[in-house]
Amino acid sequence: MTMKTVFEKTTGLTANQTHYCPGCTHGIIHRMVGEVLEEMGILEDTVGVASVGCSVLSYEYFNCDMTQAAHGRAPAVATGIKRVLPDRFVFTYQGDGDLASIGIAEAVHAAARGENITVIFVNNAIYGMTGGQMAPTTLVGQKTATTPFGRDGSIQGLPIRVSEMLSTLDGTAYIERVSTHDVPNIIKAKKAIRKAFETQKQGLGFSMVEVLSSCPTNWGLDPNESLDWIKDNMVPAYPLGVYKNSQKGDGR
Amino acid sequence: MGKVLMKGNEVIAEAAVHAGCKYFFGYPITPQSELVAYMARRLPEVGGLFLQAESEVAAINMVYGAAGTGVRVMTSSSSPGFSLKQEGISYLVGAELPALIVNVVRGGPGLGNIQPAQSDYFQVTKGGGHGDYHTPVLAPSTLQEIIDLTEAAFDIADRYRTPVILLGDGMLGQMMEPVEFKEWKEREPEQKEWATTGIRGDGKPRIISSLELNADALEKRNELLQKKFALIKQNEARYETFEIDDAEYIVTAYGTAARIALNAINKARKDGLKIGMIRPITLWPFPEQPFIETRDRVKGYLSVEMSAGQMVEDVRLAVEGRTQVSFFGRTGGVVPTQEEIFDQIVKLAGGVEV
Repeated sequence: MTMKTVFEKTTGLTANQTHYCPGCTHGIIHRMVGEVLEEMGILEDTVGVASVGCSVLSYEYFNCDMTQAAHGRAPAVATGIKRVLPDRFVFTYQGDGDLASIGIAEAVHAAARGENITVIFVNNAIYGMTGGQMAPTTLVGQKTATTPFGRDGSIQGLPIRVSEMLSTLDGTAYIERVSTHDVPNIIKAKKAIRKAFETQKQGLGFSMVEVLSSCPTNWGLDPNESLDWIKDNMVPAYPLGVYKNSQKGDGR
Repeated sequence: MGKVLMKGNEVIAEAAVHAGCKYFFGYPITPQSELVAYMARRLPEVGGLFLQAESEVAAINMVYGAAGTGVRVMTSSSSPGFSLKQEGISYLVGAELPALIVNVVRGGPGLGNIQPAQSDYFQVTKGGGHGDYHTPVLAPSTLQEIIDLTEAAFDIADRYRTPVILLGDGMLGQMMEPVEFKEWKEREPEQKEWATTGIRGDGKPRIISSLELNADALEKRNELLQKKFALIKQNEARYETFEIDDAEYIVTAYGTAARIALNAINKARKDGLKIGMIRPITLWPFPEQPFIETRDRVKGYLSVEMSAGQMVEDVRLAVEGRTQVSFFGRTGGVVPTQEEIFDQIVKLAGGVEV
């Protein structure tokens, strides 16, 4: 009896085992990006840019040419690559510490220039790799290693909503915030990632998908509780949806 | 082609275009802004690309991205901006990417001023950024020499897969001199098998990274880098000498300071003083050879710098304490005069330590 293959691993990812903590949704997001690159048939035409943070080793996992960037600088590195190779697909994969803190200038200006790149922005409201410190996206009241009494807006400032902020820029073509806390949302997330790469394919300008993600280790929750925490705490603070969908390329 | 009268900053830019550089990512800062403006106008003419970044940090990281695709790419800045680029330079070294970085030095520390200085010597020759590394540093002293050294800088960058620094100062950047470029020739871009341009041919993804989490593995990478630095040291040291054969004292200086010192030496020679000069052209690798050859027969050296005394340390290392090494410098953007240097030479020749 011959067995019919009904599901297999995407060729968009390498055979390497990822280093992410149990219950972390980086693995899901990696796979969605890999599947989109495979399905669009653009793996060989893609150069990815890995950031600093938990996803620093993502160059080991995506099955395409990859460059490792300094903390926060991925959009600038991607700009350099894309400006030399305008016919290739260029994406960055960045966490919230990387993109919203040290790299906020690079992200804002790449968006403002309408760089025809795709940013996968993974927001888990905390610094993961360095051990659970406050990120710009940490929620008010959220306890982290550097906000042990909970983030107090009058002391540590207030969270940055990156999708809302970047969508005000004329150079952005497509911005959507999605979540990974349940299957329907994961399916929506993949569609958004595909839409972002298609935006780039059409040369419409800067595209970004903000993906709400979990950090069981640094949140001090088990994987299921973490998914609930995204739904109950992050989604209200970071509403899901399309923030920009300019299919005219008028920002370029 | 004939001679043309050009400003130093523009000579660097045109020399880079002649050397096949088609990509420039930069940020304006005095006294090098003409370089940025020249590239904005010039690169589209040769099918290249100029992009003004939002900061020096972004500019050097754009260079990093572009360098990873294998093209000739550059950025330029002046001292405070160059400090910001050090992060990216360390990464370029770690990831072994070739690029040209120009530093048209001004007075510091801090915001300092916009006058010519040589006070970034330590920063450019001793690493500057984090980690164990050096970058080759080329220091022209005339605008004509800029043309040759800019091309040499790109060649060295490609040969060793390393960022290279072209070090000028505000005087060289702002002055005008007649220069002559070589005949224009279109260059075929070099194919670099390590470049990340999308998977081509063998189907294997390429990775550009400076990350190595395992200490033993990172030590091995460092050892390979050190071997490369040793090779550069062995092959690429450049210098020029002037009347050192019968010299009793040798003045050493680079860049603008060397031009002025040479005039002072000529005057001293006319007055019968046996003075010679060693002009380092590469600051790293520092050209030790002419010092080794002369250190047992001259009475002393005088390092003349537009700094509080930085290169003098490398002179002392090369001389290994066998001969007296004196120093004369002006700081803060003050350019030493020919007369000042002459007076120092006279004192030295009279046996007075300066």
